[in-house]
Amino acid sequence: MAIYLDHAATAPINDAAIAALNAQMRKLGNASSVHNPGRAVRKDVEDARHKLSELINANPSEIIFTGSGTEANNLAIKGFFWQSPTRNVIVTSAFEHHAILDPVEWLVEHEGAEQVLVPITKAGVIDLDFLKNIVATRGNEIAVISIMHSNNELGSIQPIAEVVKIAGDIPVHTDAVQSFGKVDFDFEKLGVTAATISAHKVGGPLGIAALILRRGLDLTPILHGGGQEREIRSGTLNAPAIVAFAAASEFAIANREANFARVRELRDYFIEGLKKSVPDVSINSVIDPALPGIVNATFPGTESDALLLLLDTEGISASAGSACSAGVPRPSHVLVALGLSESDADASLRISIGTTNTKAEIDQVLAVMPSVVERARNAFVVSGLK
Amino acid sequence: MKLIAAMSGGVDSAVAAARAVEAGHEVIGVHLALSSNPQKYRSGARGCCTIEDSHDARRAADVIGIPFYIWDMAEEFHDGVVENFLSEYADGRTPNPCLRCNEKIKFAAVLDRAKGLGFDGVITGHYAQMQETPLGRVMHRAVDPGKDQSYVLAVLNTEQLAGAHFPLGDTVKDQVRVEAKRRGLYVANKPDSHDICFVPSGDNAGWLRDRLGSDVGPIVDEAGTKLGEHKGAYTYTIGQRRGLGITIPAAGGEPRYVLKIEPKTNTVVVGSHEALAVTKIVGDRPIWCGPTPTENAEFRGFAQVRAHGSPLACTYLQTGSEIKVDLDEPLFGLAAGQGLVIYDGDRVVGSATVAHTE
Repeated sequence: MAIYLDHAATAPINDAAIAALNAQMRKLGNASSVHNPGRAVRKDVEDARHKLSELINANPSEIIFTGSGTEANNLAIKGFFWQSPTRNVIVTSAFEHHAILDPVEWLVEHEGAEQVLVPITKAGVIDLDFLKNIVATRGNEIAVISIMHSNNELGSIQPIAEVVKIAGDIPVHTDAVQSFGKVDFDFEKLGVTAATISAHKVGGPLGIAALILRRGLDLTPILHGGGQEREIRSGTLNAPAIVAFAAASEFAIANREANFARVRELRDYFIEGLKKSVPDVSINSVIDPALPGIVNATFPGTESDALLLLLDTEGISASAGSACSAGVPRPSHVLVALGLSESDADASLRISIGTTNTKAEIDQVLAVMPSVVERARNAFVVSGLK
Repeated sequence: MKLIAAMSGGVDSAVAAARAVEAGHEVIGVHLALSSNPQKYRSGARGCCTIEDSHDARRAADVIGIPFYIWDMAEEFHDGVVENFLSEYADGRTPNPCLRCNEKIKFAAVLDRAKGLGFDGVITGHYAQMQETPLGRVMHRAVDPGKDQSYVLAVLNTEQLAGAHFPLGDTVKDQVRVEAKRRGLYVANKPDSHDICFVPSGDNAGWLRDRLGSDVGPIVDEAGTKLGEHKGAYTYTIGQRRGLGITIPAAGGEPRYVLKIEPKTNTVVVGSHEALAVTKIVGDRPIWCGPTPTENAEFRGFAQVRAHGSPLACTYLQTGSEIKVDLDEPLFGLAAGQGLVIYDGDRVVGSATVAHTE
């Protein structure tokens, strides 16, 4: 039995994307070439760009394709920072993904930036009063505000429209990697300056993402070269991945509402069952407004790496916090930002349910949970580590 | 059996894990993150100094075809091994951190955790041989005398021994490398590690000086006459001859050796080679690596006081709290804190920590 409950890490690629990828890989031509094959590939890329722009209600020229969500986030953070030489403050939430926090910390260390972290309330959303205050007192120092559209570990959707209102003229970027394709995401309506979306979270291939950037704005590039994407991002356009990105997104968004309802129902069923099978579990993730499939739970008296190992041996894939580059598990900074103690954060798992999961799978997971938790507790107690 | 293979990223532990799989065991690979160096940009992250080693271990696990995880033992390692190493030196003793790591981490924290998770034991790439006897499991020296690690494993008690598996004890190192190559493990030619793992520069004295300070103090002879000054007492070891920087020659021009380190007075005592001679050793904290010898009865055996030291013929007896050793021939230079391991032929009887000598 193999049960995949880590859709927030990466989701299964869908058939529409595989078909588009396969077909496009057979087409010869560099989209930047002037000849016939080049133009033909260019047309495919632009068709895909057009399709994507309609799906997120943006202008096609506002889509800048990148090699990953991390790259798009780096481009936004560093690009906006370098565009405003007189402003050195970068405002983010305390529970951003490392692909936001780390470039900011790099700028702090190497480029004289100052990082301001907006705290998280108990409800799993950013503290808007804190944001209002920092904008009111130091607005003319802020180069960019970057707040994720929804949190990858808690599922909570953030009040981005409010952030935009508070920000006024300050550029606002949102990392929408988890939201795109799962909940309503309308670039125009949201009013942000820039947003990040990624293909592999919505059934597309790995290695393709996009920064959506308002027309007429310029960002300092990270990669220099052919200037293919608005002179902001260089590199030969990855036509097969781009075409598959659009196909996957179209499929995901066409089924978005039905998927949302179904995944949410599975999530609620799982949480209800979990509370019965492990009575002292506590749920950290947010129910509403939230992504449909995220469950984050603390299992007191355990360590997440033991839980993950035991679930893995049962054929169940889940995740916890994040690991460093050597693979050492770390307590989730998201849960710590939410106010959990380090040991509670360390005893927590994220289960992310996706469209391919079934009720029968959830039942199987619930059936093994008590024994998994018990063994993890034994390991914790016996080893006397803490 | 369900076993945890402790995989360092080196060739030995990789081949040990592969052999256990081949023997029909259900094996899971685990790499222990033991360092607490901070890693950049991951708020609060630590335990990441061995990125290459952990990648090597993961790659080996993939080639063998077993699941692989990283266990963060940085805190346990720091508290149980590094702190002990420092406090022993600060007390003027000479500890062996590898013994300590086997006793407190690999066959304690890791083995206990493995058992709690429902596993039966731990496999490592150590070179030592297990033998089942009517009196229980015992440990013998490895076939390869150059690689024999029974000395650093002599801190395992019978319970720990029961959960330990050393598949390489019957093989010489060269053959292990050949086997690694045959198995497609690219760590086949990775060099052996020699230094203390948490002192990667190999500069033990410098590492200690950085952490314990380098207060200047007197170097005296056995009569207490000051002969010179030292730069931090704990950077000297008993029996050390070079680097003392004494300009006053000894009567008769004989070389001088470090005899004693007195941390309280920050004094290093030096004297003649003869003064280093030890014939009686008392060790405390005895651990029996198999059947316990009868109390207060004399036995013939061999004592070993260094990882690659020679076995020294002796008579020993144990009192319950101590092991007393009478050496047939004197040994020159032995510090308190060193591991004293008793052998009966090639069999490990047990170990103790050197408390004092005569």
